[in-house]
This record gives sequence, C-alpha cells and structure tokens, in this order.
Amino acid sequence: MSAAANRNTQALVNTQAHKNTQANKNTRRSTVNRLSADNVTLGYDQRVIAEKLSVEIPDNSFTVIVGPNACGKSTLLRALSRMLKPSEGRVLLDGQVIQSMPAKKVARTLGLLPQSSIAPDGITVGDLVGRGRYPHQGLLRQWSAQDERVVQESMASTGVAELADRYVDELSGGQRQRVWIAMALAQQTPLLLLDEPTTYLDIQHQIDVLDLCAELHEEQGRTLVAVLHDLNHAARYATHLIALREGRVIAEGAPNDIVTAELVEEVFGLRCQVIDDPETGTPLVVPAARKARVKVAAAAATEAS
Amino acid sequence: MTTTRTRAVRTRGGLSVRFDVRAFTVVVLLLVAALAASVVLIGTGDFPIPAVDVLKTLVGNGNAGQEFIVNDLRLPRVLVGLLVGASLGLGGALFQSISRNPLGSPDVLGVGQGSTAGALIMIVLFSGSANEVALGALVGGLVTGFAIYLLAWKRGVHGYRLVLVGIGVSAIVTAVNGYLLTKADIVDAARAIVWMTGSLNGRDWAQVWPLLVLCAVLVPFVLGNARGLRMMEMGDDVSYALGVRVERVRLLLMLAAVLLTAGATAAAGPVGFVALTAPQLARRLTRSPGPNLVPSMCMGATLLIVADWASQRAFGADQLPVGVVTGVLGGIYLLWLLVTERKAGRI
Repeated sequence: MSAAANRNTQALVNTQAHKNTQANKNTRRSTVNRLSADNVTLGYDQRVIAEKLSVEIPDNSFTVIVGPNACGKSTLLRALSRMLKPSEGRVLLDGQVIQSMPAKKVARTLGLLPQSSIAPDGITVGDLVGRGRYPHQGLLRQWSAQDERVVQESMASTGVAELADRYVDELSGGQRQRVWIAMALAQQTPLLLLDEPTTYLDIQHQIDVLDLCAELHEEQGRTLVAVLHDLNHAARYATHLIALREGRVIAEGAPNDIVTAELVEEVFGLRCQVIDDPETGTPLVVPAARKARVKVAAAAATEAS
Repeated sequence: MTTTRTRAVRTRGGLSVRFDVRAFTVVVLLLVAALAASVVLIGTGDFPIPAVDVLKTLVGNGNAGQEFIVNDLRLPRVLVGLLVGASLGLGGALFQSISRNPLGSPDVLGVGQGSTAGALIMIVLFSGSANEVALGALVGGLVTGFAIYLLAWKRGVHGYRLVLVGIGVSAIVTAVNGYLLTKADIVDAARAIVWMTGSLNGRDWAQVWPLLVLCAVLVPFVLGNARGLRMMEMGDDVSYALGVRVERVRLLLMLAAVLLTAGATAAAGPVGFVALTAPQLARRLTRSPGPNLVPSMCMGATLLIVADWASQRAFGADQLPVGVVTGVLGGIYLLWLLVTERKAGRI
C-alpha cells in the first residue's frame, strides 16, 4: 500500500512532516540524545524478553512504542526508567549509566507513570499531585512556595485544579488518570515515560489523555515516551514510532514513513490496509475483512502442504 | 498545597516544614491523655495517692513515703507502659504501612510469637534470669522477623505475600511455643505463662533504660525515613519513579519495626493487639492518608496506659495483667476489622 506516497498537502500534515524530519535528525545525532538503551538484554528471572536491544529516544519527541502483547514494550519502558536492571548492556541517561545515578537525581530528570499505581485510602487530589514533588524535597525542605506553585500549575494543565479537594477514589477513571499524570508532571522532569496511559479508559477519555500528552510535548517541550496498544492512536499522536516484536526493533521512525501494511503484518501478523486518516493525514490501519483473511490463510496452508 | 488540611511553615533560608493540622491536634490531645492517664495510674494501687500529690512528688515535693512509692515503684512501671505502648504503636504502623494491609501487624505476622519463643527457650531450657529472658525475646523477635522477610521476598516484598507468609510463620512458632510449654516443669511453666500474658507488674528502672535507648535511636531514624514510606503507599513503581530506594527503605524500616516490637515484648511480654489497633484508631482520628507514625505512637502509649489502669481499677492492683485487657479489646476489634475488610473485598 503506497499510502505514504500520495499524502495530500494539508497544513496539518506539513507540521507533522516538519516535526518528523526534526525527529529523524535527532535520531541520527544519536550521541546527544538524553535517553537510550545500549545493547540491553532484559528479562525476569530466567525468562529473557529481549536480547541485545538498542533504542534511542530522540530528544523532544513524542515516542510511542508499539507491538503485540508480550513483545517486550513494557519491559523496555521499565528498563528505560531503571525499574528493571538489564542483565547485559546499559541504559544511558545524559551519558551516564542510569543505575549508577542517585535515585533522586534520576527522579528529577525522568518521570514514569506506571501501569500499577495505588491511590492511598482517603487521599485528596491535591495531596496526591503534591507527592510528585518528592524528588525536589528533603527533610527540612518539605513544602516550598515553588512546590505549591508547580502543583497548582500541574493540576491546571491537566484540568484537575477544581478537583483539588476531592478524594481520588471518588473520581472517574478518566479523571483519575489525569490526576496521576498531574502527579508525574509535578515531578517536573524533561523526560516523561508513560506505560499504557489509556488502558481501561473509554474512547473519549483515551483521546483526552492523548491530547494532553500531545500538549505537554508541543507546548512544554517535554520528551514523552509512551507504550500504547492502539496502533492508530500511536500513528496519530507519535512523532517517533518504535515497533517491537519478540524483543527486537522491527522498525522505527516517523509514523508517516514506517507504517505500511507490510510492517503491520510483520509486527502484528495482521493483514490490513493502511489508508490516510481523514482527520490528520496520518496512517490509519484498517484490518482486512475476516473473509479475505480466512481465504489467504487457507491459500497459505495449501501452499505449505 | 496549603489546603484546609495542611499548613506549611517556611523560613527565609528556604527551609520548610509541612504538617497536617488535624493530625497535629490529635497528637497533642493523645499526649495530654497519655500523661493524664499516667498520673492517674501512678496514683492507683493498694496505696492510692491523689493526682495532685503525684504531680507534687514527681517534681520533687512529696513526702518520703510517697516518693518511694511514686519514683521507685510506680513511675518506672508507667514509663515502661508508655514506652512499650509507643513502640508497639509505631512498630504496628510501620508494618501495616509496609504491607499496605491493616492486618499486617506484628501480632498477626508472628513477630510477637517469635519473641515469646525466644523467651520460652530461655525460661524452659535454661531457667534464665529476667535479663536473659528479655534478651531471648529480643533475639526471638528478630530471627522471626528476618525469617518472614526472607520467605516473603521474591524480587521485593509485596504486602499480601508478607501477611500470608507472616500468618504461616506465626502458626509454626505458636506450635513451637506449645511444645516448649509441654516440656517445662511446673515452676517454669507457671513463670512462662505469666510472661506470655504480657504484664507491667514489677517493672522497674532496669526495664526503662534499655527501652528508652532503643526508642531514642529508632524513633528519629524511623521518622527520618517516613517520607519515603509515605510515597511507598502508592505502590513500588510510583515510589521508585519518584526516587525512593524502595527495597532499602523497606528493609531498614522493617528492621526498625521488628526491633521496636521485639524490644517492647522483651520489656513487658507480648502485650497483644496494641500494634494492631493503635495505627487504625489513630488513622480514624486523623482521617489522613499516610502511615500516621507519630499519632500511632501516641495512640499506642495512651491505649496501654489506659488498659493497665482499667485492669487495676476493675480487678485490683496487680491482679489482671494488662495483656489480658488489650487482648480482649483487640480481639473484638480484630473481628470487626475482619468483617469490614471482608465487606470491602480486601481479604
């Protein structure tokens, strides 16, 4: 499918393309990127998830990692955020091995919104967001005027300011996710990693959260790295896409450049068409109809035998 | 944020301290209650002394008889009570916060039983002195705490796992205690039973000092790490991302909690359920999230002194060990907790 060739000339596409070239430039100047994984082997106990994987996160990009279940995308994110120590290789942050850096210093540079987070019983929104200031605080510097200002700003930019005195457990799923993002924002890190931030949200709130991420990236210039399940969301919002399968990078680059029917088939094993998203001009993956897929599978089976 | 709940105090030098107004008030009230109960408790006994005279004697203006009774007999007993209560309250709050479970208290996890095993070994097998029994209790608690940590450790300690492993260890140690009792001759067995109920009877300055030193070291240490513990309530991943060295903080605070619990048990025997109830009662009063360490500590001290006073009032001086009272009250509370936790779907 040559969708990429006949991209029309909408203004939106232009800005997108402009950003893409920037992102590509960043990829090439690999040594200056702040966050990268260098030949890492990742796994839990004896089970190896990824071997000798190298990934660069382009500065000022909105990088999205996609891939089928159990391809290692969350594992990679955990390694990038020093939750998981690679058994071989190293993760570099600002040129230093991330494990060797002081915990609080890393926490002032790189934030993570994990999948599993627990709101303590009876905590208010303001209190929870305020906890994001932890890496900036100390025993005798518990709550500075700056802490207070940053928390207010974080809540304002995620649209939860008016919920400040509400209890987190009485919020809706979408609101709660915004609160957690606000907490990560209050950490004031130039790099922010998000592990499946849209999971368990309905479509409206998914778009809501992704819009918020795009805003953070465009307006505040933060580098965002997210793991997303939905390929179309990834293609629409990412400036840089990393497609993983079985712990290996199959393709990386701007969605417009890399998302093709061949790639989707290779990564997800799904036959599809890739068309232009009528709203944004970004690639839109449309799975092939069931009958067409069944026919192909049958043909492949006879060919094999 | 300085909402209605919290106040921040800032100096020009850039230092700032933040506190929860309600929690602060609760702490002050609990302290007043603990001290008032202490004065009343000192005045209670076969030779009652009015509260005014107790206060006079404490500041050094009493007559010789009162001075002997207050300073040599009853004050150390009350101080042991306060320190034991505070240690158990703090130890319980730490355990419950680390395990993120109100059932994750040292009573349920078996640290208390471990101390009992240590003490029984000294009593039954070695007919040890009071000091040796106390040492045995301390070591027994530490060994049990360490065993629980090791057994529950699987790439980090998780709350639920900790509670379940603790309950298992507790059952095993309880069986060992039963075995030791059957091996004991009648004199040792009687002594062991008295020790096992947990009592403040006959406690003197010899018990006060070690416990005071233990608290003086551990309380500031624990409070220094309390901010990390607060973050850990949001899950390991979030707190790790915020720059808390989760495993290290957890190991150190668990060690401190075991020491506090074992130290308290060494001084007064296994006074049941203070560690379980104090943090939960404190939390209900402060209505604040977080480990509520200082309120739990004050609540523990108040609970123990009031329970001791109640047992003396109701049954006469030195008739009923305080552990029986806390056990009965705590058992009722535990049942209530199990029912509400069950309804909330947490167990």
